Amino acid sequence: MTKTFRMNEAQPRLLDETGQGIVGAPLDRPEGPKKVSGRAHYAADGLPEGAAQGVLVRATIARGRITGIDEDSVSGLEGVIGVFHGPEFLRNPAQGMAGEAPVQPGGEVHYHGQPIALVVAESFEAARDAAQRLVVTYEAEAGVVTDPARSEELEQDDPETAGDFEAAFAAAEVTLDRSYTTPAQAAAAMEPHAALAEWEGDELTLRGALQMLRFNKEELADSLGIPAEKVRILAPYVGGGFGSKLGIGPEAVAAALASRTLGRPVRVVMTRQTVFDAVLRRTETSQRLRLGADRDGRLRALSHDDRVSNIQGEGFAEPVSQASQFLYGAEGLSFAQTLARVSRTPAGSVRAPGEAVGMLALEQAMDELAEMLEMCPVALRLKNLPEKNPMTGQPFSATRLGDCLREGAERFGWDARKPMGSRREGEWYVGMGMASAARSNMLVKSAARVRLSGEGAVVETDMTDIGTGTYAILGQIAAEMLGLPVEKVEVRLGDTSFPGASGSGGSFGANSAGSATFLAAKAIRETLAGRMGCGLSELTLQEGIARGGNREVPLAELIEEELVEEASVEAGDTSESHFSSGFGAHFAEVAVHAYTGEVRVRRMLGVMAMGRILNEKTARSQALGGMIWGLGAALTEEMAHDPRTGHVVSRDLANYHVPAHADVPGDMTVVFLEERDDMANPIQTKGIGELGISGAGAAILNAVRNACGARVYDMPATPDRVIAAMEAAGF
Amino acid sequence: MRDFEYSRAETLSGAAGQIGEGASVVAGGTNLLDLMKIQVMSPARLVDISRIGELQGISDDGEGLRIGALATNSELAADGRIRSGWPLLSRAILAGASAQIRNKATTGGNLLQRTRCPYFYDTAMACNKRSPGEGCAAQEGVGRMLAIFGTSEHCLAAHPSDMAVALTALRAEVEIRSKEGETRRLPVTELYRLPGDRPDLETVLAPGEIITAVRLPAPMAETRQVYSKVRDRASYAFALVSVAAVVQMDGDRIGSASLAFGGVAPRPWTDPEVDQALVGAAPGDEAFGNAADVLVAQAQCHPDTEFKKPLLRRTLIAALREATGLAETATGASTARIPA
Repeated sequence: MTKTFRMNEAQPRLLDETGQGIVGAPLDRPEGPKKVSGRAHYAADGLPEGAAQGVLVRATIARGRITGIDEDSVSGLEGVIGVFHGPEFLRNPAQGMAGEAPVQPGGEVHYHGQPIALVVAESFEAARDAAQRLVVTYEAEAGVVTDPARSEELEQDDPETAGDFEAAFAAAEVTLDRSYTTPAQAAAAMEPHAALAEWEGDELTLRGALQMLRFNKEELADSLGIPAEKVRILAPYVGGGFGSKLGIGPEAVAAALASRTLGRPVRVVMTRQTVFDAVLRRTETSQRLRLGADRDGRLRALSHDDRVSNIQGEGFAEPVSQASQFLYGAEGLSFAQTLARVSRTPAGSVRAPGEAVGMLALEQAMDELAEMLEMCPVALRLKNLPEKNPMTGQPFSATRLGDCLREGAERFGWDARKPMGSRREGEWYVGMGMASAARSNMLVKSAARVRLSGEGAVVETDMTDIGTGTYAILGQIAAEMLGLPVEKVEVRLGDTSFPGASGSGGSFGANSAGSATFLAAKAIRETLAGRMGCGLSELTLQEGIARGGNREVPLAELIEEELVEEASVEAGDTSESHFSSGFGAHFAEVAVHAYTGEVRVRRMLGVMAMGRILNEKTARSQALGGMIWGLGAALTEEMAHDPRTGHVVSRDLANYHVPAHADVPGDMTVVFLEERDDMANPIQTKGIGELGISGAGAAILNAVRNACGARVYDMPATPDRVIAAMEAAGF
Repeated sequence: MRDFEYSRAETLSGAAGQIGEGASVVAGGTNLLDLMKIQVMSPARLVDISRIGELQGISDDGEGLRIGALATNSELAADGRIRSGWPLLSRAILAGASAQIRNKATTGGNLLQRTRCPYFYDTAMACNKRSPGEGCAAQEGVGRMLAIFGTSEHCLAAHPSDMAVALTALRAEVEIRSKEGETRRLPVTELYRLPGDRPDLETVLAPGEIITAVRLPAPMAETRQVYSKVRDRASYAFALVSVAAVVQMDGDRIGSASLAFGGVAPRPWTDPEVDQALVGAAPGDEAFGNAADVLVAQAQCHPDTEFKKPLLRRTLIAALREATGLAETATGASTARIPA
């Protein structure tokens, strides 16, 4: 019987009482050795007996109708089994947490690169050759808009406001009005999207590269028109997600359809080029920041308007101003978004949707304002720490933004920062910059089952580990609660036959699946307390021994039959009464080549308060990874689209520039400030990975400005743009 | 990928016998195999020359170094003679690709690698280099990596090699063996054809000819050699622009300069007038800028490559400052050009 817990009030900090020292410890991931020795099987690893292989075929027009798919053009090729297409095919992956099929366009093409058919063959090579040769005819639409800047199909809601922005802006002593752009970005997970489908009667088992199995099961069933209980999805290991594997994708549905017809397993692995063409991208943005302040730095007015794009039929619009709405606050606030419809690879959630790009603009604007006020950028932010969420009036559940800013400045040696352009080492200008970090925190309905026997414990949930450390932290929570060494806890993930969890996304996985695991283990503690004849608060469990009521009993003796508890957690009243967000401060030092405009980041520091840290090592890796993505957004990443067809031109990892090792400074430090968020969830945690990216890029770009005068308004700050901005600044 | 025949040649003459219509030579395969997977190239037969002893090794033949066509990029970059006598070559190689690719990629293959123009790699787009007569989608397309010298209305693609740029500035020659076993030598720049109306014909190699070696002339005394490569990230990216500079001082003035430029043309680009403009000049930003102006004046840009003019100008100045000692000496390869 599942116990459902609603987060209605602050919860006691039980994990501070259990005393094992396991939660929080920087333990290695238990699955690490398997991964580095190639024994962790990802979706495309291993091919069952008799499996066939499929390759997706892309549309090569921007928009129109398919008039013919000439199967005869490939049917004679050696090894080719068949060509599949039809009304169930997906236009693009489902958006995160959709729980239903995404658009199924039938014979229509909505963007260049859309998967329109699957060629299945005995080998991958034969399938790829046939996919290349398949003759498809189209009736292309004329006048298709592929460039978001030229789209006239615009959707605009009323601005979200608090107070009177226009009046406050007009009355402010100092005002700033700036526009910034960010390019489209790719999630760029290392593992390409893959699916292996196998039917037994009317029951489908799919191995997939997916982040949110509870939702994916519903999406897959809905896409195929079958009941969800006929679908089982397995994703025990996922090679990176970054948002791109939130929803069921075209490869999964195509594999399932082909497998059902052929009566044999079918594996579909997207080529890297298809990943770029057909997986949800991050929208490009154009943003306008207007800030009004008093001479002493008090913000009076703040407006952050943005324009983003997506294809027709997708509800997702990058929430660009998300952090701007609560980070500082002012008398007048206004946030307006325009969504432009365009025939281009659809847009969706990519690492820290909203903050990742919105804070690049907001935190550069704050830096510019500090400069206009001749004020220290840290001091300007400290002057504007809000007491409550300025838009909603909710108190913050826990915020240490001020501490992060002060601690960061101290540790980084911020007081050694020199006036703009005044520090030169050889051919390089050197400068420092900083930015605040914020990423709102969430709790998503999750369930987990914990089993305890004399041998040890098992945790079961359909939660995923996308390289983030889920196996490690769920094992630590159960071990901490049950008084077992972590080696005695086995964590089983990525199987929809287990209780349904939040999945990995929005940095809420640890909060959500972690809380469910905690609650299930807590229920076992209650049973054990009953058997010991003591109250729950008297019970201690340590190293396999239960103590309480003046007794000491080995766990194995206390448990005759395996104890099994399942628990479910969901957000409740505290999500209304309080506002929860991770906060932090990023600092960066960069060198800019005075002639070539090359930027080299020399060191980065992130000081973050993100609730209870469950595993100091995996948390640090998450934060570091986020900061590196911030570096990418600031300096290197740009997805290029052809101006005529909208198709993705940078279709591989040689042309889409994620930061390389040489871009990442050796000196990268993450400092966690002690924090418990009692209102967030029963384990007092906050999301981590996405806070690392939020603001990190702005710290780098502000350092570029301090180094050489270059303020780059169009990201990323590639050498040519830095040169142009340096020249504009008179350097 | 299409099916293909594979044969391994044990000797040069054996290889010559196997190379026929539709065949391609393969050694490291770091570029060719990628192109075969996406079916931009679909040779019917691969002739594997990677085990041919005559093509291996680096030797000192008295006139300089003879680098076998199969010497890997890693082998070359690490060779003590090259690091001391021709450090430019070592630096240029280390500024390209990744360690894994350099371990596999060969000298001959590096010279013959194909462009990285994205339209060449996308079979849904028109490309005269891939399919002669089809058109050039890059002309109206996205063009950050395109060339600004030596292009034509039929092709804007740039040659991606760093090594070839260094070899050009070092006045190296390629040694070529014909099908009949005759050997000829060419300066590296003369290996390449400009696209004109046949961008698919990239070199002057006749059918059956194989590059057997690269010859480096003995180093000039007292030269300063610099390779400056600017790209969109610090490593593992092709050059937006690169400059290879070999400078010989005559007192406090420049005695001679041999420059070559990468990322800007269908072959390593040279301009004798630029080299000449530097002779007799006193090192300084003004003199370097004047020379750079001579170079940049010849550029013909796609809208997306306008930036290459100021960037190339500035990178040339930076390279010459380093070569003439005006800049503090950088250590190691250009990727490590960060002040301590």
